[in-house]
Amino acid sequence: MPWNRDGMAARAAKELQDGFYVNLGIGMPTLVANYIAEGIDVTLQSENGMLGMGPFPTEDEVDADLINAGKQTITQLRRTSYFSSADSFAMIRGGHIDLSILGAMEVAENGDLANWMIPGKMVKGMGGAMDLVAGVKRIVVLMDHTNKAGESKFLKACTLPLTGQGVVDVVISDLGVFERPAKGQTFRLIELAPDVTLDEVAAKTEARYEVAL
Amino acid sequence: MANKLYDDAASALQGVLFDGMTVMSGGFGLCGIPENLIAALRDSGTKGLTVISNNAGVDDFGLGLLLQTRQIAKMISSYVGENKEFERQYLSGELQLEFNPQGTLAERIRAGGAGIPGFYTKTGVGTLVAEGKEQKDFGGETYILETGLVADLSIVKAWKADPYGNLVFRKTARNFNPMMATAGKVTVVEVEELVGPGELDPDHIHTPGIFVQRLFVGKAYVKRIEQRTIRKEAA
Repeated sequence: MPWNRDGMAARAAKELQDGFYVNLGIGMPTLVANYIAEGIDVTLQSENGMLGMGPFPTEDEVDADLINAGKQTITQLRRTSYFSSADSFAMIRGGHIDLSILGAMEVAENGDLANWMIPGKMVKGMGGAMDLVAGVKRIVVLMDHTNKAGESKFLKACTLPLTGQGVVDVVISDLGVFERPAKGQTFRLIELAPDVTLDEVAAKTEARYEVAL
Repeated sequence: MANKLYDDAASALQGVLFDGMTVMSGGFGLCGIPENLIAALRDSGTKGLTVISNNAGVDDFGLGLLLQTRQIAKMISSYVGENKEFERQYLSGELQLEFNPQGTLAERIRAGGAGIPGFYTKTGVGTLVAEGKEQKDFGGETYILETGLVADLSIVKAWKADPYGNLVFRKTARNFNPMMATAGKVTVVEVEELVGPGELDPDHIHTPGIFVQRLFVGKAYVKRIEQRTIRKEAA
């Protein structure tokens, strides 16, 4: 069985190290917060201006002045600080955030990422994605391995407009985990989801990669 | 001391509005938006606006109100996904749109307010955002030139103010408001509470009063929530 959304999120949570400052993208990456291991203390950043993001509120705790980057109501923790968008992106662009987990439409074998725009369709905007991939120390992509038509999303080259060039460090898909030791190097398949075979990964992957299980 | 206090949004905007002007509007989503000032701007009928704001509101609230009345000619934003009327006007060519990465937008406003006409950033290198922009290498990495932004008017929402225009924001309602306060030729601020001189701790002021020209206490805040997300109470 390939990983489902929660399985992928649980695997992505293993990328978090104790003491990390982490930014989780909107959508599936948000689920990663549910799988942070006991004993691993991470501080979640929300790019609208909050460090130390707590869980969703109870009905009584809802505060319209307290939302995350996905515009969801949220709570604060004892460690929380609030700041302006300029300070928030100083953290992101200044290289102070250890890790970001983002969704993707396409990833290329050279680490290019496309996740904000499909030409010809209404474009909603890149939000903070371009800043995150340009400034955060380590970029983890969480995505389905293939699109709805069954075509690989891990490609030789992105066909969609880029969010960033050569920025991706780790790709976690429903089939497995690809990692590269450093930017500029080749991705290596380091882990398979349960019951997924090398042949299946090969058949569904256009990008070049090495196998290092 | 020059009086900065006004009765309401309409009087605070008196004499500063003109067609074709550029307006910065604070907020992230619907959080920390200047509700009273947006409504007063709508009621003024001022047209051909260029609005700089991270988002464009929703169809019937926030900056969506100014889209309904077709007062906005151009938006400079990072994300506009929550607004159908926006989409319709954009696709029909009625509305111009310039997307900025969110951090670039924040920094352009910060820079504009600080008198910095341009800066280099890695954000957007190798993407559509870099098209037509000067590139320069620093320490072996490529950066692009982005310019500072200023506006004829900044409309800002804060939590508390004193009569000097010193401002305190609340939680994530701060967002773009402090930078926008610095980048408006005229900055008009609405607050939930006006306190007396000396009642704000000077060490806890987020925006010093020099950036604020006009100030009033807003009324009837709706503070609409876009995504009310609730956790089940542990049994």
